[in-house]
Amino acid sequence: MTAVETDILREEMLSPAVSNTVQPRTAAALAPDVPRIIGRRTTDEFASYLGSALAALALVWVVYCGVLAFSGTLGFIVCWWLAFIALYGLISAMSNPRPIVADRLVSVVVLSAAMLVGLALLSTILHIFHKGWPALHHLNFYTQDMSGVRPTAALTEGGILHAIVGSGIEVGIAVAISLPLGVATAVYLTEVGGRLSRIVRTVVEAMTALPDILAGLFVYTVLIISFHAERTGLTAALALVVTIIPIIARSAEVVLRVVPGGLREASLALGASQSQTVRRVVLPTARSGLATALILGIARIAGETAPLLIVSSATTYFNSDPLHGQMNSLPLFIISSVRSGQKQAIIRGYGAAALLLTLVLGLFVLTRFLARDKAARR
Amino acid sequence: MTLPTEELERLELEEWLDKPRSIDPGLSTADHVFRGSVRLIGGFVLVMTGAIGLFLGYQAIPTVGHYGLRFFTETQWQPSTDHIGIAAVLVGTIEVALTALAIGFPIALLTALYISEYAPSWLKSTLISMIDLMAAIPSIIYGIWGAAILQPKTIYLSRWLSQHVAWIPLFKVDTDPNAASWAKSAYTSSAFIAGIVVAIMVVPLACAVMRGVFDQAPIGEREAAYALGATRWGMIRSVVIPFGRGGIIGGTMLALGRALGETVAVLLIISTTYDIKIKILSAGTQTTSALIASLFGEATKRQLSALLTAGFVLFLMTLAVNTVAAVFVNRSRSGAGTDA
Repeated sequence: MTAVETDILREEMLSPAVSNTVQPRTAAALAPDVPRIIGRRTTDEFASYLGSALAALALVWVVYCGVLAFSGTLGFIVCWWLAFIALYGLISAMSNPRPIVADRLVSVVVLSAAMLVGLALLSTILHIFHKGWPALHHLNFYTQDMSGVRPTAALTEGGILHAIVGSGIEVGIAVAISLPLGVATAVYLTEVGGRLSRIVRTVVEAMTALPDILAGLFVYTVLIISFHAERTGLTAALALVVTIIPIIARSAEVVLRVVPGGLREASLALGASQSQTVRRVVLPTARSGLATALILGIARIAGETAPLLIVSSATTYFNSDPLHGQMNSLPLFIISSVRSGQKQAIIRGYGAAALLLTLVLGLFVLTRFLARDKAARR
Repeated sequence: MTLPTEELERLELEEWLDKPRSIDPGLSTADHVFRGSVRLIGGFVLVMTGAIGLFLGYQAIPTVGHYGLRFFTETQWQPSTDHIGIAAVLVGTIEVALTALAIGFPIALLTALYISEYAPSWLKSTLISMIDLMAAIPSIIYGIWGAAILQPKTIYLSRWLSQHVAWIPLFKVDTDPNAASWAKSAYTSSAFIAGIVVAIMVVPLACAVMRGVFDQAPIGEREAAYALGATRWGMIRSVVIPFGRGGIIGGTMLALGRALGETVAVLLIISTTYDIKIKILSAGTQTTSALIASLFGEATKRQLSALLTAGFVLFLMTLAVNTVAAVFVNRSRSGAGTDA
């Protein structure tokens, strides 16, 4: 080994990055493993990053708009991105070995993909609220129904009260039926068990694969065609129940399974019966998890469209009786308005979509708060 | 020294008495009621969900009896002439799902890598809930967004593909892509665009599974890779991805299962045609769930059971895909993939 090589070796041994990974084993064996920071950008990396971005922009500007006379913003951005990748790779390769070039290129590609996903989400939310706003800021949109209002009527007439109430009633019934059944099934699977439970678990898991429209078609064929039941809010709610039960049962089971066995045993050792253990120990311990599962279940039911498309129809009048007469609901209102082709109807559809999105966002924020509460209590 | 007989008897008696008493008190009445009722509900849910599967399977019998195996090879769905078959519909379903997967898989994988490996720690939890939020947004929202925003932009991409890579049969179109005034309607409502919208819906699903598995990659092995001089990408390639292979496959399969059954977003975008074609860029296709949604209304009893049979075939496909997914995800969670 030459003197220079030994020098380099010594320097590397003394450098903080290396000592960081070697030392803590003896010094602070109890401290949790902390990965060393390797993501910090060097000046070289930052300069090549910025330089390539600007160079690519200039290059694509000249070639795309000047020489080739292409048009279209999308094409421009794609070309810029590709040119950026190429230039960045090239510049990095001038002063770095191959693994580092690959590392830099991959980090750019990974970041781009994540940004693309974020952009899609942002674009979706903004688009819905932007298009729905003209309908949303009229009070009558929330207090009137569409009976006697032409689809082309101005936005100061008519509203979606019937769809809101219909959705509320249908989702309410569906939750009232599916939540107890789902949680009880989960309790059965985790607390009682037995040979039958394995079959139940397999079938319930299999049924989460059921395409949602088939649940609607099943209820339609059995209740409406075979038993000549009326198309009411109740049948719509039943279709939702069939769709959602396997999902609620499964997510509740996941939540109950992580309740520590020691808690159950402690409760049983104190002389509690199994039913008391479940009621006083297991379910309260899993409360926030169950609440999250319930809220996400509600969000899922509220936006469920496919089964409703089959078992109920888009009415225009107000009906709050789930046992008689048809009921509209938000998803159904959205799809029928958007497909109608009338300008005002489409805006109303977007308004309803914005409302549905607000509901989902609100429920989602609620689950975050529950999760935070749980983390704070620990 | 010998013990007196009484003493021996007493010892024997004590030995007999020392046998541990049974500490199993049996179940109280309340528990019998509790277990019974919970078991009853479990059984009810089993019967209810099982009934759907059996019912769908039962509906297939008269359909196959009436149409024979032609039901699976016939492309047309013409109730008026009694020519009904699901060949074209199944091909359309698979086309849309595979397009969604081809676009969604790399995006989901890279996003999962970003969240688990690249994102700064203060951003990580926000990104995780952002993905969860994307999964919670109803499909109809994505559907109307796709039809209004994505479709007018994507037709340019479709045209570009048909102009430059049309030597791949997948990207051929029926019209002349180089015509000066090109027909936009030839590119709208295609399986390709429906696939993109479905891709956006399945990305959060696949991404969440993949990220969960990537996060579990053992920190010791990560450190070892870094200690050997690996760059971050080198570490990901040699530790995270081999460890997360099961999660990658499982998440992708879950996404495929969801993509196969998607109804509303597809219904909002495609226009209906019943032919087997692999030209995914040109207008018109049909998927099983969209078929059900658009035709159940005017169906007679026989057509209804034909629709249910089509649905049953779809259900079997998603069930198989989900089962495979569950096997892969469970295997990766058990840590068996560590030294793969």
